[in-house]
Amino acid sequence: MKAGIVSYGAYVPRYRITPREIGQVWGTDGDAMGQGLNVFRKSVPSPDEDTITISTEALRTALVRGAIDPQQIGAIYVGSESHPYAVKPTATVVAQAVGATPNLTAADFEFACKAGTAAIQTCLGLVGAEMIRYGVAIGTDTSQGAPGDALEYSASAGGAAFVLGRERVICRVERTLSYTTDTPDFWRREGQKYPSHGGRFTGEPAYFRHVTECAHRIMEASGTSPKDYAHVVFHQPNGKFPQRVGKQLGFGDAQMRYGLVTPFIGNTYSGAALIGLANVLDRARPGERILMVGYGSGAGSDAFDLETTDEIERYDRSFGRPVQWYLDHGVELSYAVYAKFRGKIRMGGE
Amino acid sequence: MSIARFWRETPRRYNLGGSKCTSCGTVYFPPRAVCPVCTHHRQSIEKMVPFQLSGEGTVLSFTVVHDAAEGFEMQAPYVLALVKTPEGPVLTGQVVDVRPEEVGIGFKVRATFRKLREEGRAGVIHYGYKFAPSEESTAAPPLGPAAAGPPTEAAARDRATS
Repeated sequence: MKAGIVSYGAYVPRYRITPREIGQVWGTDGDAMGQGLNVFRKSVPSPDEDTITISTEALRTALVRGAIDPQQIGAIYVGSESHPYAVKPTATVVAQAVGATPNLTAADFEFACKAGTAAIQTCLGLVGAEMIRYGVAIGTDTSQGAPGDALEYSASAGGAAFVLGRERVICRVERTLSYTTDTPDFWRREGQKYPSHGGRFTGEPAYFRHVTECAHRIMEASGTSPKDYAHVVFHQPNGKFPQRVGKQLGFGDAQMRYGLVTPFIGNTYSGAALIGLANVLDRARPGERILMVGYGSGAGSDAFDLETTDEIERYDRSFGRPVQWYLDHGVELSYAVYAKFRGKIRMGGE
Repeated sequence: MSIARFWRETPRRYNLGGSKCTSCGTVYFPPRAVCPVCTHHRQSIEKMVPFQLSGEGTVLSFTVVHDAAEGFEMQAPYVLALVKTPEGPVLTGQVVDVRPEEVGIGFKVRATFRKLREEGRAGVIHYGYKFAPSEESTAAPPLGPAAAGPPTEAAARDRATS
């Protein structure tokens, strides 16, 4: 494939909350919940942050790092299930905020947690067909679990932006393929504030089946096996699922180490696999092969067979913060302040 | 604020788009059509060009707002600062992602993109610049190990060096 990743940036809000703090409110053992999910903190957005602001921060970082003229961007697609507007695109605000308007196409993508990887595939098509010079794919969410629901222990906020192009590629996309079925494991109906899910049904027939099938198929198509990859990144709704699916597929802890960020920041939904990939690229050296398999409920998986190029040696990561900084830094909130920040408190007059 | 007025101001609010007088070099934010510094103001006519501020700055002065303005109740107490940019203009803006006691005169900040206000639950959402601590004045402290979680790399390093 002629196209690949030219630049990238990630952003995670500053605030965190622990499962213990959440569990204390609902009378459950939060520590045990955290251990069970392998999630020990989740990020919480400030009241003035949403999918638009997080996407903009991530993309601004990517544009500075790659020294990319925003006027050369031909497409911006933002994948999220928490777009601030039901009608009015996130992508137009982001495009304006980075100075990419007006000569580009823009749209919002929605496919549960894999809208960001679907956006990457679309950009690869446009860039590969030489219809545009640079395409931008962003995966961001500020998702919520209903108070007391199991999802509340993991649903968090963050995002990553990837610039796809044909020149100065730091990470080539060798191949991408998808595996898609109609599987009702997780959904949110129009007008509903919180999502619903099928409990245990979200495991085997949904996440594990799609990720496993997709990973097998791309390795078969590429003629590779797990030992060919330096790093592997899976969608990570919690810290347990990706570890389990990785072991089932034959990957070791060292390959999974940097692609797994959910234990420290929670499940950033559309941002989850992409922030994991950003963390891998923060450390990758030339010639390293990376497998990424995203997953979105509803359901589908997008797999990417990637390889870093010599260009990554020259890539300037000094602007913005590395993903590891976000994993290590933050300010922990009480449940009360978290509830206020997330609009869970009914104010007078509402 | 009306939708039309906010929309007109989008370039400056989103992107810190100012103007520069190519006659004397002075930078303005918000942008000006005529340069008041040039001795003969007419000299600057048609010589004002769009100019993008870098977003870097230092706090010139600040106040901590406890009695929040409407729409900012969730963020109180918050810091409102005069920020001196290296290009010249002084901007007024909120400083976010920081405890008020961490801010002082000379505190280094960088522009960030945030939600400014919402016109109620059904109305338009206004976005624009605020300021956050720059990387050198990092305000978010390193996290210790989570209650029951694995130590972070920073925490492991701290232990190794202490």
